[in-house]
Amino acid sequence: MGIKILTEHINVPGIETLEMYRKHGGYRSVEKALKTMTPDEVVEEVKTSGLRGRGGAGFPAGMKWSFLAKPEGVPRYLVCNADESEPGTFKDRVFMEKNPHALIEGMITSSYALGANTSYIYIRGELLFVLRILEKAIAEAYAAGLLGKNILGSGYDLDLHVAPGGGAYICGEETALLESLEGKRGNPRNKPPFPAVKGLFQSPTVVNNVETIASVPWIVNNTGAEYAKIGIGRSTGTKLISASGNINRPGVYEIDLGVPVEEFIYSDEYCGGIWKGKQLKAVVPGGSSVPILPAELILKTAAGEQRLMTYESLSDGGFVSGSMLGSGAFIVFDEDQCIVRNTWNYARFYHHESCGQCSPCREGTGWMERVLHRIEHGHGHQQDIDLLVSVAKQIEGNTICPLGDAAAWPVASAIRHFREEFEWHIKHPQEATAPGAVYRGQLAAATV
Amino acid sequence: MAKITFDGIEVEVEDGTTILQAARKIGGDVVPPAMCFYTPLKGSGGKCRVCLVKVTQGSARDPRPMPKLVASCITPVQDGMVVENTTNEDVLNARKGIVEMLLINHPLDCPICDQAGECDLQNLSYEHGVSATRYEEPRRTFDKIDLGPYIQLHMTRCILCYRCVYTADQITDKRVHGVLGRGDAAEIGTYIENVIDNDFSGNVIDVCPVGALTDKTWRFKNRVWFTKPLNAHRDCPTCSGKVTLWSRGDQVLRVTARKDEYAEVEEFICNTCRFDKKEVSDWTIEGPRNIDRGSVISANHYELPVINVPIVPNLPKSTVKKMPTE
Repeated sequence: MGIKILTEHINVPGIETLEMYRKHGGYRSVEKALKTMTPDEVVEEVKTSGLRGRGGAGFPAGMKWSFLAKPEGVPRYLVCNADESEPGTFKDRVFMEKNPHALIEGMITSSYALGANTSYIYIRGELLFVLRILEKAIAEAYAAGLLGKNILGSGYDLDLHVAPGGGAYICGEETALLESLEGKRGNPRNKPPFPAVKGLFQSPTVVNNVETIASVPWIVNNTGAEYAKIGIGRSTGTKLISASGNINRPGVYEIDLGVPVEEFIYSDEYCGGIWKGKQLKAVVPGGSSVPILPAELILKTAAGEQRLMTYESLSDGGFVSGSMLGSGAFIVFDEDQCIVRNTWNYARFYHHESCGQCSPCREGTGWMERVLHRIEHGHGHQQDIDLLVSVAKQIEGNTICPLGDAAAWPVASAIRHFREEFEWHIKHPQEATAPGAVYRGQLAAATV
Repeated sequence: MAKITFDGIEVEVEDGTTILQAARKIGGDVVPPAMCFYTPLKGSGGKCRVCLVKVTQGSARDPRPMPKLVASCITPVQDGMVVENTTNEDVLNARKGIVEMLLINHPLDCPICDQAGECDLQNLSYEHGVSATRYEEPRRTFDKIDLGPYIQLHMTRCILCYRCVYTADQITDKRVHGVLGRGDAAEIGTYIENVIDNDFSGNVIDVCPVGALTDKTWRFKNRVWFTKPLNAHRDCPTCSGKVTLWSRGDQVLRVTARKDEYAEVEEFICNTCRFDKKEVSDWTIEGPRNIDRGSVISANHYELPVINVPIVPNLPKSTVKKMPTE
């Protein structure tokens, strides 16, 4: 078991209070950064660390920070994206719920690095109880002089606010989040201009995931070079993985990037193997929006190499035989799970969550859902499979924001890897719609 | 100034111009269609995605191609940019796909729609769509909504271009309608059956690219291609008073703003001009209006008749009719 950067003290009783948090070394990075480092030095450390955005895209955080425009006389903002709402992800919620001060510490240090005097945590509306926990922690930090005017006598001012969303998945997209934070309808903006130039209230803004921001204090305390030693290649550091599905031990795990996928699924330290000793059928390694992979491709790449839990290894093979690490929502399917039903379920989610601004996504997500619904309920036609592939292709890449891609990829990949199962559903509607019916042909073929 | 190559044609435009505007400077068949972008409305564009083009060279400084198709209406030009529209198969296929998406929930009720004949969606699907549909599910429908005495909203036909929202935001004091709901359940509405009541509310009818917002004083009076467009003006205290009258015989059936070849209004007009002044005596007629948009209203109206074709050879000169030339 590797080093724990984010979850070391997460289970300490009372860690949500400032007193306990400080007892375990909390807010050291604030003191170190504000008293001994310049903002640029903090940015440099984060750059050296190779920390990558943990929200899904995996863009290097230090580089994102250095893109921030710094015109004179214009305020800058740091916004923490805590609108975690993709099916399968629950890492940020657990983290904020248990250890709110760790996020606040990250927010102070990061805001200092970016020169932001007002920062926001945009939290998913459904997580109202987490919002209360955060607000309590923020009040404690204000009382201790860690927030507000002249923090720890350094002359640096910071106000931190928590804003809840209204429960829309699309508000996790950074520009939609900013619109929502400004009090408007959560529609993604056209890019360019990017938030680094014109973001919140038309000012330069950085939007980072909870986990990204929470990793910054450790980097400041222990230097970026130390952080870069963890992990493999360009995937440095540790990552929270929300493991769910048919496994023995679902939950949030902090792993060093580079753990083999096989070990992650079967080791007792992590998922503990497939539930009831069943056979592994498929895995969605990074949240519902990334391509699904069948058992043989998740354990080994198409070239026969062992697949590791890193950004590079999971996307090895592109979309033909690879997937993505995404936000780290590891969803495991055993042999009794129906891929068609699951794909329909995902399509239903994206249909419901599309903002309706641009036409391919607005119309296409609904179309895919209806066709999948038809196939699942035994009314599909043979040409529906090609229709789905074609509709997914029409959406992909042609939309304003990545929600279109996120809706298209699961459908396209499920058909790519499980086409026989779709065909079986269409050819044998009566068998396929019987309760609990699952296509097993592919598993038989894989074991032979 | 920036020099770009659009479909192999070089054009020089001001910095900050969008690709679409540069293409419009060239004009003709290479111009990408646009359903949501509207030059007079700030912030419009980027939503319908029919104007997607391929940028094969980003700029002279950074010649890398852009990875995805970009919306030409919102992407500014860079010096040395190379753009492909009608010459790129991917662009045409993507556009076909998007037209299909726009049509799957559209009722296709052109025979009973007032916009037929001057409808941007109709033109778009003729030019870029496919003739068959692959969509067999029930289409989305809405009840008609009354937006006061002048405007009828029929959401079933709406393509959610947001133009009417921007219009109300930018040329009227108070916007009472907006987009409610999300995804394909999104709709234009006033939330609690409000009435759009201000001097310039009628302009939402002009900017609507489809038959979703229609003029109640004109609905079902006539087909647009039976009417004759005339340029006219009057001394109006609220607006410029420059309009197009759509008349049949000596009856003025409809008044609209003057629109250019991309269906964009030249000047917004007020409700008094649009809805109340329907007598020829209210107006000073300037002459016929040439509609040079690709729709049936312009068909056969403006070309000079083919004359003086010597069908019978060697006719005496006196038979040659003198016709005005262009």
